[in-house]
Amino acid sequence: MTTFEPDQSIAARLTGLEPGAQPAPRRQKLIPGTRDDGTLTEDPGQRAPLVLGDRSFGEITDIVCGYAEAPMPKPWLALFSIFSMVAALGTGMILYLIITGVGVWGLNNQVDWAWDITNFVFWIGIGHAGTLISAILCLLKQNWRTAVNRSAEAMTIFAVTCAGIFPGIHVGRVWFAWMLFPVPNSQAIWPNFRSPLLWDVFAVSTYATVSALFWYMGMIPDLATLRDRAYLRLQKGLSRPFGIPMPVGKDIVVPFLPRPDTFRVLAYGLLALGWRFSSRHWHRYEKAYLILAGISTPLVLSVHSIVSFDFAVSILPGWHTTIFPPYFVAGAVFGGFAMVLLLLIPVRAILPNFSDLLTLRHLENMAKILLVTGTMVGFAYAMEFFIAWYGGNRFEYEAFANNRVNPMIAPYWWAYWTMIICNVVFPQMFWVRRLRQNPIVIWIVALAVTIGMWFERFVIIVTSLHRAFLPGEWHMFWPTWVDILTFVGSIGIFLTLFMLFLKFLPVFAMAEVKLVMPQAHVHDHDHDEEH
Amino acid sequence: MSALSNITAAAADYFPMLVRRPPPRFISESGKRVYGIVAEFSETTKVYHAAEMVRDAGYKKWDVHSPFPVHGMEHAMGVKPTKLPLLAVGAAVGGLSFAAFLQWITSAYLYPMVVQGKPYGAWEPFMPIMFELSVLFTAFACLFGMLALNGLPRFHHPLFGHERFYRISNDRFMIAIEAEDPNFDPDQIRALFEKAGGTDITIIEDED
Repeated sequence: MTTFEPDQSIAARLTGLEPGAQPAPRRQKLIPGTRDDGTLTEDPGQRAPLVLGDRSFGEITDIVCGYAEAPMPKPWLALFSIFSMVAALGTGMILYLIITGVGVWGLNNQVDWAWDITNFVFWIGIGHAGTLISAILCLLKQNWRTAVNRSAEAMTIFAVTCAGIFPGIHVGRVWFAWMLFPVPNSQAIWPNFRSPLLWDVFAVSTYATVSALFWYMGMIPDLATLRDRAYLRLQKGLSRPFGIPMPVGKDIVVPFLPRPDTFRVLAYGLLALGWRFSSRHWHRYEKAYLILAGISTPLVLSVHSIVSFDFAVSILPGWHTTIFPPYFVAGAVFGGFAMVLLLLIPVRAILPNFSDLLTLRHLENMAKILLVTGTMVGFAYAMEFFIAWYGGNRFEYEAFANNRVNPMIAPYWWAYWTMIICNVVFPQMFWVRRLRQNPIVIWIVALAVTIGMWFERFVIIVTSLHRAFLPGEWHMFWPTWVDILTFVGSIGIFLTLFMLFLKFLPVFAMAEVKLVMPQAHVHDHDHDEEH
Repeated sequence: MSALSNITAAAADYFPMLVRRPPPRFISESGKRVYGIVAEFSETTKVYHAAEMVRDAGYKKWDVHSPFPVHGMEHAMGVKPTKLPLLAVGAAVGGLSFAAFLQWITSAYLYPMVVQGKPYGAWEPFMPIMFELSVLFTAFACLFGMLALNGLPRFHHPLFGHERFYRISNDRFMIAIEAEDPNFDPDQIRALFEKAGGTDITIIEDED
């Protein structure tokens, strides 16, 4: 029932009020004859533009809000259906585990931590990129972070959600999971504060909370923008009624329901907390953001350090190593950036105007971070092995040489070498400029890194446990179908949440993107001379 | 006295129905209380210089609304540094002390356990949680302190009655001078805004 008067429709388009309208796409996606979109300059005297296509402030708003207001394209709907079914499968597996018991996993007396803790460390590691981008890159004044920070923070929260599932359900009697926290109880039992496992509980829950606060605080102004647009459309009578999406032809209009903009004004309005873009408010807001960035920086570094204490503080050969905290942090940043790239490169393809905000330069920067952290991880692998030999501890040397590396003896040699090839060899491609500027190559490397980082945790956990001190207690670990489907299901939960984020929330930090655009700077001769 | 007036001002932000407001100094043609006068600007540079002019004219109760935090605007407006860092430090110390107390009282008194023969009250293993909780408390203080100092959340504001105000969240800039300001004079302000290059100069009514 889109019965607009023609002049009303034109007026709406002129003021940017057409619901879900996108500004015209950039005419030349790439500079003719090159694979460059105009941001890949190598001249150090020239700064690459952060936003392409000579966009105005209004066009930035239209691009970001337009995608949140319009129906999503068909690929989104297809992917969302698949991911949510996988998420339902994962939920089913969790319920099956709770109803039946941990015996449905392939754990045994020797390998009593396997895929559950592997998945936990994998997901929590992926969560590190978001806070790194929003905190450390903020302190370092890296303006390119504005293109990725919102989606990376969202990804962080969803990854930590997935991570939180596994320690919760691996305790066996899930209804006692509250005993992880120091809650006064009738048995007068308190948790053991000298255990790294309890430090981990505090580290992960603090990390989840602070990341969510950071994400929400950054989003307040953008939610207010969405609120204002929906309110103006309602005021002007431009709101469209609900429609039932049809795969072919036009959608069927439902005239008697409240319009989507009514719900938008309510939901975004409540979440925006009455933000009115006041400069006095902005002043405190920026200070709060800076303090949050400042405290999140050591927090990011501490969380994966504490996760590594779960292993390093024990006396098991292969776990008991002092290199673990920095090695885990570097690996977490590595895996996190790989996941950011894995998600955002397809987003650029599905929602094409986002490629004005997320340029090839941004992808190249992240590829460089992958190269650096991948090389750090490779160095850590080498150093770990070197110390196992040089330290002279027979058990530790055996744990590395004969349980992991040597294909003739080690049963899990394939896991170790998958890890080495994916994490150390693949990112080395990025030394070549043409490869690190090609989104498809970056995506393939990011996929390899994600697989490799999962295998890294598997190698650390399972190969150290399966052959401990006495050959009499050696056991292999093989996953059951429940193990596999729970992990696949957690990927489904993660991707479903990310798809919902793409649909309903501002995917780019509009206020911050506008802030780094050239129009946002005060042009003044006196002002310039001061610098 | 100033502490009391601060509390009253904060109460007026959150619970306007509980605070008796003084009689209006200015009344619009339709007989409503005047909130203030706004002028619109379309460029960052213009609004920056206009803010400097309003500051130099000696106004106290006024504000600049912009879609993003304009760099250096706090100097152009003469805004005093915020007390938020103090609040954050307080929260950090609070979190640190809370974590130290919680771990010490449970490990040393309420439920002492022998773990690897270490002293019950040894502080070293308490460090990670002390760090985590101080970060947690600081983060809460930052977000909620920022909102409280800003008088948010609030359901309505007189500016939301002005239709052009909704463009601020998109790409416009606006300066609003409140009628509560002792120097408030509609004619002078209109002249000032016109000199500064403001457009759509409008009187905003309060809902009274």
